[in-house]
Amino acid sequence: MTRPGSGTTIRLVDCAKTFPNGVKAVERLSIEIRGGETIVFLGPSGCGKTTLLRLIAGLESPDPGGRVFFDEEDVTSLPIEKRNVGMVFQTYALFPNMNVEENIAYGLKVHRMPWADRERRVEEMLEMMQIAELRDRRITQLSGGQRQRVALARAIAVQPRVLLLDEPLTALDALLRERLRIEIDILLHRLGITSAYVTHDQAEAMAIGDRVAIMNAGAIVQIGTPREIYFKPATAFVADFIGTMNRLRGIVREGFLELPGGRIPWDRGGSGEIEVLFRPGDARLAGDDGATLKGRIGASVFLGDRTRLYVKGVGVEELVVETTERRVFEEGEEVGLTLAPEVLVTLGE
Amino acid sequence: MRRRGYGFYLQLAFTLLVCAFLIVPVGMSIVAGITVNYVQGITSGLTFHWIAEVWNLYAETIFRSMLIALSCLVVTLLIGVPTAYVLGKRPGPVARMIEEFLVLPVAIPGLAIALALIITYGGFREFRTSWPFILVGHVLYTLPFMVRAVLAVLTTMDFRTLEEGAASLGASFWQRFFGVILPNVRPGIVAGSLMAVTLSIGEFNLTWMLHTPTTMTLPVGLADSYASMRLEIGSAYTLVFFVMIIPLLIALQLYGTPRGRPRRRVQEEATPAIAAAARRATGAAGSQ
Repeated sequence: MTRPGSGTTIRLVDCAKTFPNGVKAVERLSIEIRGGETIVFLGPSGCGKTTLLRLIAGLESPDPGGRVFFDEEDVTSLPIEKRNVGMVFQTYALFPNMNVEENIAYGLKVHRMPWADRERRVEEMLEMMQIAELRDRRITQLSGGQRQRVALARAIAVQPRVLLLDEPLTALDALLRERLRIEIDILLHRLGITSAYVTHDQAEAMAIGDRVAIMNAGAIVQIGTPREIYFKPATAFVADFIGTMNRLRGIVREGFLELPGGRIPWDRGGSGEIEVLFRPGDARLAGDDGATLKGRIGASVFLGDRTRLYVKGVGVEELVVETTERRVFEEGEEVGLTLAPEVLVTLGE
Repeated sequence: MRRRGYGFYLQLAFTLLVCAFLIVPVGMSIVAGITVNYVQGITSGLTFHWIAEVWNLYAETIFRSMLIALSCLVVTLLIGVPTAYVLGKRPGPVARMIEEFLVLPVAIPGLAIALALIITYGGFREFRTSWPFILVGHVLYTLPFMVRAVLAVLTTMDFRTLEEGAASLGASFWQRFFGVILPNVRPGIVAGSLMAVTLSIGEFNLTWMLHTPTTMTLPVGLADSYASMRLEIGSAYTLVFFVMIIPLLIALQLYGTPRGRPRRRVQEEATPAIAAAARRATGAAGSQ
């Protein structure tokens, strides 16, 4: 979907951020965000993702030695108002003293765009975000979703080099969040604008990111496409952060991986004791004869489209397995599981 | 059918009595100001003579009070609004301390502040005998009200994010300050301004110490007339004071108290996919 060759490349080189009170929000890191790409910084609160975004925006400056480039231009010493970035905030940051139209026109006015051009551009934005009927409304008369549309329109109106979004959907309710997520995804890719998106919601990150950078304690732990992150997590932290992950300890011996409840064929190398991981949906329930692992149901939760089972007696911890079978599962019932070797993940692969 | 017991009427009577206790003297004073002879009572007839007399004797104090009040407003605006902004922008123990210091003149008796000013600056004769000397006292006294009113509005509106939003759109500091910050703290500025003007016009404590015979203000003149003139002139003077201060007090009530902004709940409107519109915008972005 990304239009190659369009959009500004953002490069952070040796950037770290230590706050005056001594807190190191971002450890020294370098990263390149490709032109037209949407990158999502994902991590728990306090992991430094917002600070990293603010470094790109110019709202914070990196510790000495760090440099920020937009394409070949060194923007490290430029304040935000000279960087031409569009920014969307969790709290919208719309100006309450102006109506919708004036909010969108604000950046254009600041840039001294002639009146006629300005009118045209505002018109375009109103239409693009489907908020034309709200043009005369005051900000206080808008719902959260409408406000975020206005905020997006305002940020895009000035045709920024990069678009930065700081948890733009966090303040909205779940249903609206999901719908706007799709809209933003379409919008960003159609515009072909380089964007950085900060969130703590992994589903949002998966849906929107061309690449996702998982952050923890001020460092980027892993960066890759949503699929890479999901299926090939580099560390236990990533594996756990992106949804539920089961862990099994096993021993590699003679072409088999021997697990507490059985064994499966293994040709992926390694020797001695290793740890393997798998997602809840990747285990299949099987009858007694076909099963490679055997356990007992500790508890089951009916989720509507599927049933989640907590299986005891296979790993050290309970396993979480999800099945679409429509029968009722009893506590204490014996179940057999099969695991295809390819669904098993070994860390750092 | 009686729904209200005697308790209700007892309370009503008590309330009315208290109100009368407070309001009657005001009415009496006003009536005294337009009565030909107060000792004879209202039967002696009504007249504007005393008001004219007040105008002859004290017009100067009235204009001086207005001049000082407006100057006080200008100075508190120029100092108070930026101070509130800086205090709001960098909250912390230092900001707290400055805020507390600013409020001190309200707590310390006006006479003490006036005395301190006279001891310190009394030697500068020209300054001591001019109205700006009184202005200094009034600014000291009214500044905390301006700062607090503006700061209160600032802290409720997350102005730092607003400023960051404006900055991301290319606005310089001054564009942000005048285009975004000031318009949004207007309720605080209005409340602070009305406070400053009202307090300055009615200020007596400080002014009584700071004034000289040539720099008398309205409240000081009022005390002077009570002490040395006919009762009718003092009362007429009070009437003039009411005419000046009551519109201000009403304005203070109307604009000064924080009101709930009318908030309309809006149904989230279903918006179809914006793909088509986005495509048009791509064309627009590409054409630049």
